[in-house]
Formats: sequence, C-alpha cells, structure tokens
Amino acid sequence: MTRKHPRPEVSRRKFLAGVAVAGAATAVTPPAAQAATTASAPPRRPSALPPTMQVAAAETATPKELPRIGGIPGSDFMVDVIKTLDIKYLPSNPASSFRAIHESLINYGGNKMPEFLTCAHEESAVGMAHGYFKIAGKPLMTLCHGTVGLQHAAMAVYNAWCDRVPVIIVGGNDLDAAHRPPGVPTFHSAQDINALVRDFTKWDDTPVSLQHFAQSFVRAYKISMTPPYGPVAMSLDAGLQQEPMRNNGEKLYIPRYVPTSPPQGDSGAVKEAARLLANAQNPVIVVDRAARSENGIRLLVQLAEALQAQVIDQGGRMNFPKTHYLSRPPTAVNNADVIIGLELSDFWATVNAWIDNGEHGIGINTTRIKPETKLISINSSELLTKANYQDFQRFQSVDVSMAADAEATLPALIEAVKAAIPDDRKAAIEKRGEAARKAFAEARERTKQAAALAWDASPVSTARLVMETWAQIKDLDWSLVASEGNVSNWPNRLWPMEKYYHWLGRSGGYGVGYGAPASVGAALANRDLGRFSVSIQSDGDLMYAPGVLWTAARHKIPLLAVMHNNRGYHQEVMHVQRLSNFRNRVASLGGDMGPIGTSIENPDIEYHKLAESMGWWAKGPIKDPAQLAPAIKEAVAVVKSGQPALVNVWTQPR
Amino acid sequence: MRLVFGFGQAALAAGLVLGCGSAFAASAEKGKAAYVQHGCWQCHGLQAQGGVAGPKLAPDPMPVETFTAFVRTTNRAMPPYSETILSNDDLADIHAYLETIPKPADYKSIPLLNQ
Repeated sequence: MTRKHPRPEVSRRKFLAGVAVAGAATAVTPPAAQAATTASAPPRRPSALPPTMQVAAAETATPKELPRIGGIPGSDFMVDVIKTLDIKYLPSNPASSFRAIHESLINYGGNKMPEFLTCAHEESAVGMAHGYFKIAGKPLMTLCHGTVGLQHAAMAVYNAWCDRVPVIIVGGNDLDAAHRPPGVPTFHSAQDINALVRDFTKWDDTPVSLQHFAQSFVRAYKISMTPPYGPVAMSLDAGLQQEPMRNNGEKLYIPRYVPTSPPQGDSGAVKEAARLLANAQNPVIVVDRAARSENGIRLLVQLAEALQAQVIDQGGRMNFPKTHYLSRPPTAVNNADVIIGLELSDFWATVNAWIDNGEHGIGINTTRIKPETKLISINSSELLTKANYQDFQRFQSVDVSMAADAEATLPALIEAVKAAIPDDRKAAIEKRGEAARKAFAEARERTKQAAALAWDASPVSTARLVMETWAQIKDLDWSLVASEGNVSNWPNRLWPMEKYYHWLGRSGGYGVGYGAPASVGAALANRDLGRFSVSIQSDGDLMYAPGVLWTAARHKIPLLAVMHNNRGYHQEVMHVQRLSNFRNRVASLGGDMGPIGTSIENPDIEYHKLAESMGWWAKGPIKDPAQLAPAIKEAVAVVKSGQPALVNVWTQPR
Repeated sequence: MRLVFGFGQAALAAGLVLGCGSAFAASAEKGKAAYVQHGCWQCHGLQAQGGVAGPKLAPDPMPVETFTAFVRTTNRAMPPYSETILSNDDLADIHAYLETIPKPADYKSIPLLNQ
C-alpha cells in the first residue's frame, strides 16, 4: 500500500543515481533519469571562501517559498511510461483524484502524446476512445475520477467490452484513509474502484509502486491490444502520483511493449472446416466482427470467391464490400448446408429466430436452418471467461469450433479450402457464382424500389435522408462514423461501402448514448488522416451526453452530423404498444405520438440551437425533403473547412 | 396533427368495406387518424412505406379480409390487435386509408436512386 510521507526520504540527486539508466535490452530508460545521470558532479570547493551573492542573499533576504516536493514527481515517471506507448490523445473530464498526473501530462509531458482533450462527461470520453480505435486501430487512454467518474464512464466501458474495443481506463483514487482529505475526496474514494467495471474489462490492477505502475501499464496496453480486444482498467493512487520518486534500492525501468500475436485456429480444425466448406452444395459465410482491418476485408473476399459462397455481413464491422455480388441478406442461411460464422456476437440468433409474440409473454423459438446443416465457428470471444454480464448470448452447439481470431486464421483457411476443393466440384462452384450475381442484381432493384416509397413524405423518409446525405459526400473520401437510431439500414443497403472505414459497426452493448461521442472520436482519427466524417445522429442518443458537441468544437474536430430526429425512443414506443396489445388495453398516448413516456416532443428539442450553443454550425429543423440538399451541401462546406456541422432533420420513425 | 400526409383530397373519399359482419362506409380520413392512434405508424411508417421493423402496407394493400384476419391473429413479429382495442370499424377505416396511398414513382425516375 502506498503511504504518504511528509518529506521525501532521499534527495532528487540520490534518487536519480539509483534509477536504471542502461543495460536491460527489454527496458526503456526514463528521459528524466537519462538527463540527470549524464550531468557531471560539481568540483569540490574549499570551505573558507567568502560567500557568493547567492549564499549571502540566502542568509540575509526573505527566504523563497520552499519547494512543495523534494524530488521528481512520481507522476512524471508515469508520463514517461505512457509516452513509450504512442497514445495520441487522452479524452477526459478533469478531477482531483488524478490532479498530479494531469499536471505532469500537460507541464512535464508538454500535452503531447497524449494530448488532453477536455470532455464534459466520462461517458463521452470513453465513447470517443471507442470510436477513435475503430478508425485508427490504436487505443486511447482516459483518466476518470475514482468512484463518480468511473460510474459515469461505466456504460461506455460496457459498450467497448461488448464491441471488443480496447480502451485504457485509469481511475484516480486516494487509498490512504489516514491522510487523504476528508469530505468530498473521501466520498470519492473506494477500496477497489476497479470492481465497478471488473465484469466487463479484460484486466485491471492497482499499482502500489512506480515500478508496479510501469509494469502494469504496459501489461494493460498489451492485454487490451491482444484479440479479442477489450477495455482494461487501472486504479491510480493519488499518493503514488503525488509523491516524489524514492530510492528504495530498486532501479526503475520501463518494460518494452511487444505486441502479442493473435491466436490462430488449430491446423486440424482449420483442415476439417475447409473440407466441409469445399464439399458443400450451398456454403454460407456469416461475419460480424471478422475483419479487424482493410486486410481482413481482402481475405474475406478471397475466401468467399474461392467457394463462390454467399456472405451475410451482420455489420459489427465493415467486413465485406456491399457492392460484391456475393453479399446477401440474413435469410441466406435458410438453404445452407454448411455455415461458417466468423466472430459472431450471437451464433444462436444467426441460425434461430425468436419472435416476441408467444403465449404468456414467452417468445417463440424457431429454427432458420435445415436440421442437417453443419456449423463452423471461429471466434476469439471464446477466450473471454467473464460470467456476470450476458453478452456471450445463448449457447449454440457447432460442429467445428475454434477459439481463435478469425482474421488471423483466414490465410490458413483460404489455403486449406483451395486445396480441399475437388476437381469435380469446380464447375458447380462456378455456377453457384453465376446464380449469386443474378440474385444480387435482383435484390438491388427491389431495394431501390423500396427506397422510393414515401420519397416525398414529410417528415422525411429515412431512405431520403440517407440518400440526400450521400449525394453531398459521394465524391469525398468519406467515412460513416456512426449510424444510430435505426434508419432501416439504408446506408448499408444503398451506399457503396467497400473500404474498412466506410462503416464502423455499432455500439456493441446497445447502450444508448454511444453515437455522439463515438462519432466525435472517430472523426478525430479521420481528421488526422484527412478523411471526411459523417454520422447519422439520432435524437435520443444525442440527449444522453450532448456536451461532447462542445468537445468537438473546442478541439476543432470536423464532423457532419445529419440528424435522424424521429422525436421518440422508438424501440420503446413499440415495446409499450406490444405489451398494451398483449394485455388487451389501448396504449395511452397522453397527447404524444407514442405511448406515454416514449416520445421526445412537447416541447420539441431544437438540436440545431443546442449545437450552435456549443460552437457548431447548425441548421434545422428540416421537415420538407426538398430543403435537405441545400442544407447538407452548406454543412459539408463547413466541415471541409475544419469545423463540425449539424443538420436537424425531422424524420419518419424508421 | 403536425404530420403531413402525401395523398390527395380526392383519395379521401370513403370506400365501402365488406366482410366485417355488416356493410358500412369506411372512412379513409378516420382511418388515417386511427392508423396513428393505434400505433401502426410505429413499425410501418407514416405513409405505410415499411422499414426494418415492419413491411410496407401500401400501396396495394392486401385484401381487407386477409388484412383483418392477420391483425386479429398474428403470431409473427407484429402483436395481435383484439376487437377490444381496435374495433372492426377502425380496422376497416385503416384499410380504406391504406387504399388511398398512391404508388410511388419508379425509382428509375429518381436521380438519387440511380447514381
């Protein structure tokens, strides 16, 4: 346990002599230590010389204020550790429990790598880190106030956990009950703050020494960045941050970070999966978070084309080009004889259906597939063993199961499939591809005709909303950073999504409030890559923590947010209607459009004014579809100039 | 009512609906109000255009007998509506409203859907 001492036990010079400076091939020398150890000792002087001006002044003048710390702050060393990991930003809401490391980051660390981004809510900070990773492929860290800040952050941490996204969460906490300030800081302290999020983080720790911090921080980074990715937490004692480094005979060092190779499927299981796929009459590939990178998309295309197998992209990530003729809807599983699921968040619901319309409030379970269908799974989530939160979904028995990372396993699987295809199957496989091209073209026609329905309606149809947006961004290097609030999947159905950053998936845990901060975080990463960011922003999602709009304006993060403002919590609108029907009661509307408690109207929220108040360019409310194009065009110009812009559009429910 | 529906006044003319026990004049105008009041719009959209939560109901709605039977007994994703909460008259009015919704333009005539 860290203890506070009224005075440092050793001087800065003595301490630095004890810090490791070289030698260990796997360690990094802290910069402060390097500078100090290269300084030469002052020459010895005789004691009988007359006093210098400084000595005379010290003896006769008013003493200067004594330094408040007798050595290098421990939090400076922490900054040295953090800087070795190339973490670019640190979105955070400031708090006393991490004031020492905050000060070190901006003064000692120069507010670079990481740069502190001021957030108005911890949920926004974690949400930003979530969105950022999906573009940059690198994690951010956040600092939050031990108990209260971590509780604010918790929902966003759960989303990151369910979405397999790494975030490094460091919570300030003052452990020393005998020395910490009474009152508010003690209300905000706990024995074990990590317990708040332990059920939905991959790993956590509470370091009690600086060396312990160095090891744990690098370990935390390494664990979070090993598939399956996930958030990690660290409780950071206020005393450890604030006290000077002390010489306890140990040489401080910073462990070198070496990425862990992702787990690959067992070669025997890969071979068996390939045999089943190569000999199938109608193999179907289902993907959810299969692609972790652009290369993942390329590999999936190779696998699908080798088999001429239909691909169902469940959209946890951008896995498969929407323009590819093998891209198919979820119903494609119905006639499959072999299904391979790659990083599925819910295999059971992929091959079964649950209908919320059974007797006594119990849903109806039905199968979607033929009984003899063989099932193959490659899923790194099987390596996670947390039990409390139910994100692992219902159990689904499969015929070949690999606890492995799908993208890392794909190269071996592709080679095994190519080797396993019998010569006499090649003509049939080619024919399968021809049928898929025809089915894809026909489906495309039906989709466009469906989009034409209610094209001129007011409020604006979701298809019109999506396509008016598309028309203004199609010539840019665009990235749809979030699409919240269910617009009937029109972007995925109509936009030519082909690149990894064209679609980032959803929240993971379906905790409302993800869209706004995640889109700002992803836009931050896109800004650094010179890419245009657009989001479909729903009303309910924005109202969870709208302060992230200010963060975007404050830190000049360009983002076009086109609002899907249907003025209701629409999922719940339908749930209450459903229960009213089941109970033979007319749903009470109370003067709103939806059942009481589910509408966001009376008064209508003027999101454009909300955004304007936080430094955004904004326009709305737009109810006439004919007014959409000029408004979005104007907003695009603003975003291209480097500012965020919001267009508030009244829309159909879905 | 702040919602603007895209069908003409002529289309609001009442239709005669049979098959609900007795013949009566169904009102598309009343049907429009009932469509909103009873929550049909929640899944099917304010112009019955459909979406991921429910299929399109118009244009070309299913025959009223099929429509009525489905609404009363569905064990699919849509919850059933009993006569207690949605009368036969209201249901007939809703069907009359659905019949007034015009066909959309061919998508090929919409530039944004042909890019």
